[in-house]
Amino acid sequence: MRPATAAFRTVPAGSPLPVCACAVAPQRFCQGGCDMAVAAAGGGSGGWFPALALGVSLLKCLLIPTYHSTDFEVHRNWLAITHNLPVSQWYYEATSEWTLDYPPFFAWFECALSHIAKYFDPEMLVIQNLNYASHATVLFQRLSVILTDTLFIYAVHECCRCVSGKRIGKDLLEKPMFVLAVLLLWNFGLLIVDHIHFQYNGFLFGLMLLSVARLFQERHLEGAALFAVLLHFKHIYIYVAPAYGVYLLRSYCFTENKADGSLKWSSFSFLRITLLGLIVCLVSALSLGPFIVLGQLPQLISRLFPFKRGLCHAYWAPNFWALYNAVDKALAVIGVKYKFLDPEKMQKAAMTGGLVQEFQHTVLPSVTPFATLICTVVSILPSVFCLWFKPQGPRGFLQCLILCALSSFMFGWHVHEKAILLAILPLSLLSVQRAKDAGLYLILTTTGHFSLFPLLFTAPELPIKILLMLLFTVYSFSSLRTLFRKNGPLLNWLEILYLTALVPLEIFCEIVFPLSPWKLKLPFIPLLLTSVYCALGITYAWLKLYVSVLTESATVRQKAE
Amino acid sequence: MDKWSLMTIAVLLGLTVRWTVSLGSYSGAGKPPMYGDYEAQRHWQEVTYNLPINQWYFNTSDNNLQYWGLDYPPLTAYHSLLCACIAKLINPDWIGLHTSRGYESQPHKLFMRATVFIADLLVYIPAVIMYCCYLKETSTKKKVSTALCVLLYPGLILIDHGHFQYNSVSLGFALWGVLFLSNNWDLLGSVAFCLAINYKQMELYHSLPFFCYLLGKCFKRGLTGKGLVLLIKIAVTVVAAFAMCWLPFCTEAEQILQVLRRLFPIDRGLFEDKVANIWCSLSVLIKIKNIISPQTQLKLSFAFTFLSLLPACIKLTLQPSLRGFKFALVSCALSFFLFSFQVHEKSVLLVSLPVCLIINEIPFMATWFLLVSTFSMLPLLLKDGLLLAYIGTTLAFLTVCTASFSIFEKTSAEDLQLKSFSLSIWGYIPWLKPFPKIVKSLFLVSITLMGVLSLSSATLNPPQKLPDLFPILVSVVSCLHFLIFLMYFNIVLLWDSRNSRNQKKTN
Repeated sequence: MRPATAAFRTVPAGSPLPVCACAVAPQRFCQGGCDMAVAAAGGGSGGWFPALALGVSLLKCLLIPTYHSTDFEVHRNWLAITHNLPVSQWYYEATSEWTLDYPPFFAWFECALSHIAKYFDPEMLVIQNLNYASHATVLFQRLSVILTDTLFIYAVHECCRCVSGKRIGKDLLEKPMFVLAVLLLWNFGLLIVDHIHFQYNGFLFGLMLLSVARLFQERHLEGAALFAVLLHFKHIYIYVAPAYGVYLLRSYCFTENKADGSLKWSSFSFLRITLLGLIVCLVSALSLGPFIVLGQLPQLISRLFPFKRGLCHAYWAPNFWALYNAVDKALAVIGVKYKFLDPEKMQKAAMTGGLVQEFQHTVLPSVTPFATLICTVVSILPSVFCLWFKPQGPRGFLQCLILCALSSFMFGWHVHEKAILLAILPLSLLSVQRAKDAGLYLILTTTGHFSLFPLLFTAPELPIKILLMLLFTVYSFSSLRTLFRKNGPLLNWLEILYLTALVPLEIFCEIVFPLSPWKLKLPFIPLLLTSVYCALGITYAWLKLYVSVLTESATVRQKAE
Repeated sequence: MDKWSLMTIAVLLGLTVRWTVSLGSYSGAGKPPMYGDYEAQRHWQEVTYNLPINQWYFNTSDNNLQYWGLDYPPLTAYHSLLCACIAKLINPDWIGLHTSRGYESQPHKLFMRATVFIADLLVYIPAVIMYCCYLKETSTKKKVSTALCVLLYPGLILIDHGHFQYNSVSLGFALWGVLFLSNNWDLLGSVAFCLAINYKQMELYHSLPFFCYLLGKCFKRGLTGKGLVLLIKIAVTVVAAFAMCWLPFCTEAEQILQVLRRLFPIDRGLFEDKVANIWCSLSVLIKIKNIISPQTQLKLSFAFTFLSLLPACIKLTLQPSLRGFKFALVSCALSFFLFSFQVHEKSVLLVSLPVCLIINEIPFMATWFLLVSTFSMLPLLLKDGLLLAYIGTTLAFLTVCTASFSIFEKTSAEDLQLKSFSLSIWGYIPWLKPFPKIVKSLFLVSITLMGVLSLSSATLNPPQKLPDLFPILVSVVSCLHFLIFLMYFNIVLLWDSRNSRNQKKTN
């Protein structure tokens, strides 16, 4: 502890977050040889990782009979489309309203699955069989998610290897890598989105985490290739592409820095950038090539980026626009009450009415897709600049990636609440390293996971979501507190108060409200409350992370000086 | 991590698995005219809510005993009444007299599942937590692992939350009894056990060890002084507890007699369906039911049960110790299950409960037994459409036991508590040396056999000549396992007491 505090004197007195710098020293990512970590993972009670992975896979199997959303039908439809039609018609077929709107690799993935699916129930592969969900279909689709999660499990294993294992002598439950494995494998959001709601995020996040792990292991080309492949599976990951691009350019293509840490132009490696470019082009050619040849690229793009959808998803994702809408609504109500506004002129816009996704703002100016794009880019820029001008190795990259994901979540057009996982999962990697990030992680995960609750609205799933959420929250709080017990409390009283208030909010939304007379008059109140309340927490976490990243790099630079 | 966070996580895991299993199918779902245990429980709610208490156990125009007549003791009936009162508030159709017969709907299923879940949460789970917290000479981690394994025991979860029954209530009361006895609160323990018996008469399987342990304790204190006082106290408590439970039926002798006739239906035959006990397995070779008269069957089964119980009970009475008590609970319940009259496949849960209690002492054998016990109920679970839940929970249980007790490294004679036994016969059987390896490979063979049988009974069609091939194979295989386990538990119990006496002598 002594040397760390000595290094600290250089920190300016006014710096808001100086305390945790000393926590970095004992546990940071090992950047070169991970042999020690491997030894720690292999030695002692070595069987814990398979046990954790097997345990959660079995839990997923138990979740097979639970409710599944329309996404189940979406993927069944895609199975049918890719199985029956030639490639040239994949992006034109529109029998079902759930047309294929993922990039080509995902379509090929569905195509591959469909060749196994025919042994389960050939009926599910008939395009006209809308909403077909026989037992065999459910079993097949659920099992396909569970089995493809193997990639996620492998990626988590690789990530755990990147966490330094210096605390070998300690209890297994208090090892950072064990905690990380649980936080990732048993992640509440991933469990309910993939295995109850139904989606294939598991292996996609597996690809992302694997590419992050490869970057940590300095296998840059592999990491880049994995990310390129991922982009062609699901284009939502384009949100974090700036982090990848800048990091690879800055820390891989430039082989050296000047003594003060700034860019040394002469060290630019043409070989490396050519290799990178080659990989990206090759992957893109594999994916998009056939469609370019067929001249279908515009159709494909129009399917992938449907800007006709509204600003907010049916249920508002807890981001900046949720707050914006809420303020607008509040102003409208106040305006009508105090006669500032004419109620005749105001349209009764259905805000949360399922498929009606257009939302007319009454007081504040309406938001266009272009405006959201500008906001997103502006909010991402500082983090990207930070990555370019103050490179801190893979750690800085990971921070930038999380900031990109969070910023686009905050300001993006038609953001889904599930997109918060894009920030939560990578943040788990940081949370086991430093107390400051652990506190942030707790706020972000608890709020973000809570905001996923409206995904599951059926009565039988209510206990499951509450139990799983409690399970994950209790574990994350107690394990991170134990991990950083020398660093004092992870959260201040206000944050604790905010998070505790989620309990009465949930009780109100799920129990009190349905029994109250407002249920018929104002059915959207629970959703509105949930998303606005969670938006506060997520905005706070986003700002706090931003501040911490920007100020921290200043201190690190000063230390270097 | 501190003890309570870990314990909370264990409990939450147990609860999650329970609720996920309860989303599945239940016994007799959509199978008129008789349905299954789910309908039985619903019917009892209907009967107890709508009929006066003196008609509950009688065949009347409003209460057809042939259709799931009440055949459990009064506490079950009161519990049904309580549930019915809540059901009435939510939807009166659920318990309408006559009109609600065979009622099934999603909301009703949710309600019924919730009643089991809450009963489990209120009675069984607190008992498990308390029991594990009071385990002596164990680290926090071991306590939590024990709690997790006990809470994840698949048999109980599948029967209560899948098949649909309220075993966790009676087992929970019995567990409270054990818990109180191990803290020397003998009177509270007796009350808890009386409640267990009055919830399900099958709890009588556990009654002899309770009786012998308490009697032995009285003997130890001297039957003339303190022991006598204790004995009288316990006797008075038990009588009072029974009287409280039976109070509404004490209006006339006929009432009590009728209830007793309903509880012990000796005319139902030696065994039902395919049970993994000795009679069912023997009937593959000899059709006992046809050869011997029912009266003789009854006597025969009584004689066998009594003989197999005797050693454990005598040991326990002479040397009452807590450890001996737990082992006696296992071996007595197992003897009852194997040899007694009119045994259900679900009764194996009564053996499993005490085995769960000693899982921290003999993790390897306990895990093995618990797996076999779940396997023995496979035909029932398949009939209820619980295959997926069966596979999931069983594998999860095996994983948890392997990870938290590393059972495969604990197969030596010492770990199996067979040290004194093997020492005493060491000279006669020299091949015991590679014992751990033999045991481990036996375990693997047994697990593989169970896995193969499970898969084939789930997927293969039996040959036309032998439609019951797989259920019978399952019960015979399980029965063989149980016989070996009975011997094993008796050996541990008997040799242990001799060993401790020797130790006392040397001390």
